[in-house]
Amino acid sequence: MSQHKTLIRGAKVLGDRAQDVLIDGATIAEVGQGLDAAGATVVEADGQILLPGLVDLHTHLREPGREDSETVLTGTRAAAVGGFTAVHAMANTFPVADTAGVVEQVWRLGAEAGYCDVQPVGAVTVGLEGKQLAELGAMHESAAGVTVFSDDGKCVHDAVIMRRALEYVKAFDGVVAQHAQEPRLTEGAQMNEGVVSAELGLGGWPAVAEESIIARDVLLAAHVGSRVHICHLSTAGSVEIVRWAKSKGWNVTAEVTPHHLLLTDDLVRSYDPVYKVNPPLRTEADVAALREALADGTIDCVATDHAPHPHEDKDCEWGAAAMGMVGLETALSVVQNTMVDSGLITWNQVAERMSFRPAEIGRLAGQGRPIAAGEPANLTLLDSAYRGQVDPVHFASRSRNTPYRGRDLPGRVTHTFLRGRATVMDGNLT
Amino acid sequence: MKRHLISAADLSRDDAVLILDTAEEMGRVADRPIKKLPTLRGRTVVNLFFEDSTRTRISFEAAAKRLSADVINFSAKGSSVSKGESLKDTALTLEAMGADAVVIRHHDSGAPHRLATSGWIGGSVVNAGDGTHEHPTQALLDAFTLRRRLGDGPGTDLAGRRVTIVGDILHSRVARSNVHLLSTLGAEVTLVAPPTLVPVRTEQWPCEVSYDLDAQLAKSDAVMMLRVQRERMNAAYFPTEREYARRYGLNGQRMARMPEHSVVMHPGPMNRGMEITAEVADSPRCTAVEQVTNGVSIRMAVLYLLLSGAEPAVTDTSENPAAAPAAAPGPATRTEENA
Repeated sequence: MSQHKTLIRGAKVLGDRAQDVLIDGATIAEVGQGLDAAGATVVEADGQILLPGLVDLHTHLREPGREDSETVLTGTRAAAVGGFTAVHAMANTFPVADTAGVVEQVWRLGAEAGYCDVQPVGAVTVGLEGKQLAELGAMHESAAGVTVFSDDGKCVHDAVIMRRALEYVKAFDGVVAQHAQEPRLTEGAQMNEGVVSAELGLGGWPAVAEESIIARDVLLAAHVGSRVHICHLSTAGSVEIVRWAKSKGWNVTAEVTPHHLLLTDDLVRSYDPVYKVNPPLRTEADVAALREALADGTIDCVATDHAPHPHEDKDCEWGAAAMGMVGLETALSVVQNTMVDSGLITWNQVAERMSFRPAEIGRLAGQGRPIAAGEPANLTLLDSAYRGQVDPVHFASRSRNTPYRGRDLPGRVTHTFLRGRATVMDGNLT
Repeated sequence: MKRHLISAADLSRDDAVLILDTAEEMGRVADRPIKKLPTLRGRTVVNLFFEDSTRTRISFEAAAKRLSADVINFSAKGSSVSKGESLKDTALTLEAMGADAVVIRHHDSGAPHRLATSGWIGGSVVNAGDGTHEHPTQALLDAFTLRRRLGDGPGTDLAGRRVTIVGDILHSRVARSNVHLLSTLGAEVTLVAPPTLVPVRTEQWPCEVSYDLDAQLAKSDAVMMLRVQRERMNAAYFPTEREYARRYGLNGQRMARMPEHSVVMHPGPMNRGMEITAEVADSPRCTAVEQVTNGVSIRMAVLYLLLSGAEPAVTDTSENPAAAPAAAPGPATRTEENA
């Protein structure tokens, strides 16, 4: 019995000229002009952009523990809607993903859901407490095959623990993804420290609290010959440090979130906690530096830091509100808006920054592959001509804490294929 | 007048002068045998205090009662709030009880703004101090006190007056509101503090910043001393109380270098021996007690203008009609969200 076939007809592959792409089973069978549609389901792409399935290095799926805000199922459905075929599930769950048992549970839930590959991230330290290394090797050897380790939400602030973690994971080509936040400099921090925080009387989160940790960690990584990944880089100064570290040939990679590419701390003047996020929204100058750094490759990739929270955790006063924004379902639109429509990068470079590089950093097999015959059929079809307002009522995520409500954003994912199977068809989950 | 009073920055010069003039009217009521006006009869004012502040609460309470409003005091301690009730649910409860105005004191900056713009309640919101953000009625009563001591009376502002504000600017809602209001009224404001207690980015503020108190004294028409919490020294904002007092405290010697007509202000409660010595605090130049008295007049004026701005406050026909509060200026509330 022959496998299921799909023909995507007339898609601009990586934004280039229109071609047909034939999917046979889980694999791309052929890419070319005028391919035979016999026996295949036909998707008329009609000039839409075909990208490799997107890969997110930084997602909070909240399960186990906070299923009121998201589950692996709802989070991966949101990921599929956003064009993702793989997400890295952060470790700050309850219990923390600091043992083989928890990461295997998350991994299995992802496989069962079937909407998107779920690659668990392991905690660097037990309970994210920054004191004792978690069993990094056991998590790596588990069925989940963890290679990315992070205490995200908290910084591995102890220099010795950070050094040891960087060294230890070399044994299995792992990487430590650092949430760069000097804890003493950010006690009581509520927003970016600057003009707006001074006026609003909200506790400041200074850029130097991020930059000082990044500076230390790139030096540590160089010293021990390890690779380090910087999560959600948010300041112009951080860009300079990473650029310098890369110029030395050190093995440093970095990600930026969509919201740090678009939004600034001026929005906090509304005191609306939907704009409360960690690291905080920064200034125009930071946004400009981040866009430039993503364009020139100083920043390797875009990662969503999708952080769902229940309504009541945002429907309150600023100080009492949780930090974080959902982002999976709007990421590609924000990148199109800030980077492509503005002429900073091409679709080819979007594929690099939202699929190839993150898969490479996470050592994810079968993801972030070229669109070519014989490759896994992980694909995203984007209607880049679409224009519409963000309405979170339609989100697949269980949470609605988006900062883009009512905002006009371009582009809409019409189809997502995970190993040949459509998870999104004509804009709807299958 | 406007529907809410959240920030002193929302007040135009004319708004502010109107409030000060109205407070002069209200102050005269206190001199009557019966210190009460019927203006807000049947209206409900809720004092919603999430932070202990007896002084501010009783000032608002006295103000509302002198206007014949019904007053409900809601303090977070021992209430549903201490059982974990959210600000939203508290607000919905007050709305259901028919609060015409909510006077809110909250430990979080922005909580009054949130209350006014979230749609949880329909009444007016008065900020009685939020976190380290603002305390607009304190600034108004300070301006009122200054105008009485230094100014030309009703109808005028504080043009050209030099006011030096000394102390923990970083954590002070009083300082933020005063910078906005006093500059709106034409005063020249200078902030004085150790660099650790000044926010990092104040270059756009309508004021000067100095680290040297002595350099400011001779040219100040008023020196406002802010309360400095002793706990701040544990966070390394300054080394010791002794050193703080030596460099930034106001003592008799320093006061002697101020001009003859100038005044010393303090929003209270004072730390005698820290930011102010007893000699200064008890001198006739210190307006601290007068500020408390004026606080009631200012809060009466604010509640009156918010809740019944179109009606005359003082119906006694012997009053000079020209001095009666005029119709409110056009609204410019901060109820719209930023884009």
